[in-house]
Amino acid sequence: MFVAKINVTLKESVLDPQGQTVLRTLHDQGKNTVTDLRVGKYIEMKIDASSQSVAEALAKEICESVLVNQVIEAYRLVVEKL
Amino acid sequence: MKVRVVTFPGSNCDKDVGTVLATEFGATVDYTWYKDSFTDLPDLVVLPGGFSFGDYLRCGAMAKFSNAMESVVSYAKKGGKVLGVCNGFQILTESGLLPGALLHNRTLKYICKDVELIPVAENKIAKGLQGHLSIPIAHGEGAYFADSETLERLEKNGQVVFRYKENPNGSLHDIAGICNEAGNVLGMMPHPERAVNPYTGKMDGKQILEALLKK
Repeated sequence: MFVAKINVTLKESVLDPQGQTVLRTLHDQGKNTVTDLRVGKYIEMKIDASSQSVAEALAKEICESVLVNQVIEAYRLVVEKL
Repeated sequence: MKVRVVTFPGSNCDKDVGTVLATEFGATVDYTWYKDSFTDLPDLVVLPGGFSFGDYLRCGAMAKFSNAMESVVSYAKKGGKVLGVCNGFQILTESGLLPGALLHNRTLKYICKDVELIPVAENKIAKGLQGHLSIPIAHGEGAYFADSETLERLEKNGQVVFRYKENPNGSLHDIAGICNEAGNVLGMMPHPERAVNPYTGKMDGKQILEALLKK
């Protein structure tokens, strides 16, 4: 059994109003050393696969067909053995 | 005239748009549940507004995997006319029938109000439309986004159908609606079906639906 851990964020080139709002709040609190903040989502999938590479290939395919809209989003994928 | 309206779990403007097309335009309206397919060629297929699949993951993302959407894609590829309103527009971009994507409104607020639309004269669908049109919007994720190359292509090909006079949501190039290159698929965030008879106080939506049905 494997677990795929996926972080989805808006691409750097896409304005992230959620991130900007949170960043503004931190700056209002005087935390001006925080220079950038982006809000994304975290997805975890358990995959029953015969090998790490099979699990990775399936996770990548699911990311690119369902979980991520590559027009606006970027993702990071890590697959670990459970 | 035959019209097909696709209903997804969470669609809430399907009956509105169907009723308007039946009563104001005399259309025969069939409703297609998302699990069903169709192979006929109606005069228009409508993807209505609402919150398909609860807008979970991303607006419109789950809808594209339905049998009905497979039929819509093949119908559109044969040149069939498709109108996507609001969530329907989001579904059209997610399914690849229209380029780009819809992001959260720049203000992060859900916006529900009348806006003024400017029909883009160079566009085939908008060509005959007169003056600015007052049409309601109601959405949280309506900011149109596409990369600069795509935007340039849309402008060059005359695919921008409507722009906001005063951009309410942060859409790039003030875009409120676009069509595909062939001009048979139209996606727009404003709701023309909510402005077609005197009871709603607005009539400008009728012009848009007329223009679409005519061409």
